[in-house]
Amino acid sequence: MSKTFVEKIFTKKAKKDICAGEIVSVEPDFVMSHDNAAAISRTFKKIGVKNVKYPERVVIILDHEIPAPKESSATNHKEIREFVKEQGISNFFDINNGICHQVFTEQGFALPGKLIVGSDSHTTTYGALGAMSAGIGRSEVASIWATGELWFQIPETIKIILNGKMPEYITAKDIALYIIGQIRSDGADYKAVEFVGDIVSHISIAERMVLCNMAAEMGAKNGYVQPDHTTFDYIKERARTEYETLYSDKDAKYYKTIEFDISKISPSIAKPHTVDNYAPIEELEGKTIDQALIGTCTNGRLIDLEMAAKILKGRKVKIRTLIIPASWNIYREAIKKGFIEIFIDAGALVLNPGCGPCLGAHMGVMAPGEKTFSTANRNFKGRMGCREAEIYLGSPLSVAACAIAGKITDPRRFL
Amino acid sequence: MMNKFSGKVWKYGDNVNTDVIFPGKYTYQKMEPEEMAKHALEDLDPGFVSKVKEGDILVAGKNFGMGSSREQAAIAIKYSGIKVIIAKSFARIYFRNAINAGMPAIKSPEAVDAIENGDEITIDMKNGKIITKNNEFTFPAYPKTVMEILESNGLINFIKNKIKKQEDLCQKKQ
Repeated sequence: MSKTFVEKIFTKKAKKDICAGEIVSVEPDFVMSHDNAAAISRTFKKIGVKNVKYPERVVIILDHEIPAPKESSATNHKEIREFVKEQGISNFFDINNGICHQVFTEQGFALPGKLIVGSDSHTTTYGALGAMSAGIGRSEVASIWATGELWFQIPETIKIILNGKMPEYITAKDIALYIIGQIRSDGADYKAVEFVGDIVSHISIAERMVLCNMAAEMGAKNGYVQPDHTTFDYIKERARTEYETLYSDKDAKYYKTIEFDISKISPSIAKPHTVDNYAPIEELEGKTIDQALIGTCTNGRLIDLEMAAKILKGRKVKIRTLIIPASWNIYREAIKKGFIEIFIDAGALVLNPGCGPCLGAHMGVMAPGEKTFSTANRNFKGRMGCREAEIYLGSPLSVAACAIAGKITDPRRFL
Repeated sequence: MMNKFSGKVWKYGDNVNTDVIFPGKYTYQKMEPEEMAKHALEDLDPGFVSKVKEGDILVAGKNFGMGSSREQAAIAIKYSGIKVIIAKSFARIYFRNAINAGMPAIKSPEAVDAIENGDEITIDMKNGKIITKNNEFTFPAYPKTVMEILESNGLINFIKNKIKKQEDLCQKKQ
């Protein structure tokens, strides 16, 4: 019988015929966690197993509160460092690496046909490389550490076809926010999402990562882009292990197919306080903003910094502007390309790679009544540490344009 | 897990996200479940924690628990006194986290429409029934694995029991 990508990967893992709707227990190839590995290690100890079953499958990347802003986070980090040593976990990335989803990908763990889970909802990102990857809870990670396996309900798949020609002022983020505005935040709840179409095959890995990252905001279990030469070029020097590429069959059964023509969309914005509160940028023209944030696991890659640099070059920011490359490798590249100097000259703050202000943990927390325009993936009330503040989401081009103007403005004015 | 729950309803709307259920600023603080419970629904209904009673029932619209994978969003509600959540639908990770915390998450759009804030309702897990003032609604039985996790009062106990059974089996063989 013909199968979707997710049905194939679980059929392979379970070594029996698996279809959407079934529940199976299988062994993931990698299990990722970040600062919450401290809490997970405490749950792991409660299970009563002495050793992590497959330490080589465990990946831990510190990124949420780095460097530690307070004693409690420092203690968390210390606990994790002791735990990885005690358990012989070699895939440990301390605070000098970057945001987990970027580090995981550039370090060659995200590979076609792998089953990957992580204690972070944006674990969906690795689908950009053709992996099946989903966010899970902390107890679930602890139970995988102990037993090597986890229960999964096999999702049905939604096919999202992206057609048209992508104008130079439109980015993958604009497309993602536009889609979420149409299908809403539960439009893909419990479903797998496959992104296909002309647009998808022409964009880079970094942009595919934006689509798969934002699949979480549609409620999806995972996002997936079929591997092609762009994928294989990216992983050629990076792949940590062997891998087997899996594709959906041509006549596979989809839950539904949705088609979008993105040739004529405007730069997109998500207004407070939900990601599906979509508006074309024209609607918000002139809205004053207090802080601009460019970075996060959604938009902190080299291409995003390049977009920001294009607009910030030779200009000065009017509002507090925070720029956070997603990893130190990206940071180094951005230095070589002169982007960092452009940012400093413009008056922006370049911060160390990490999650920082996105979740309100530290660095760039807002005051009541303030508004941030951010390239992150979430704008829920209180998300950036203050329930009386507002968060708008958009592309690096739109946020950079706003930094220069001090208010939301169409980035086309600066291109 | 108990077979029957009766309690007073706390009803909320659609798309209640994990940031308002358990704010991100607390997620990396070391907390026991009882302390997490003090922050349950903090940015949605700041009065909830002081008024909720042991055994109350949470009822919500569609996509309850969307957003972050933080498990505390399920644990905080469970330890606040809420024994079960009924919603029109659940966000995927929240559904898993609720089950894994040993808290039943029941999908029933019809029941949610019929239930009002403050109602007294009963849930019969064994027979899959939600009994309201004037009506009765049915919901399908959970798959076997999910039921076993709920009956063990959560995933960690479920795993513990499983490991113990395997060890006992090994000892018998020896």
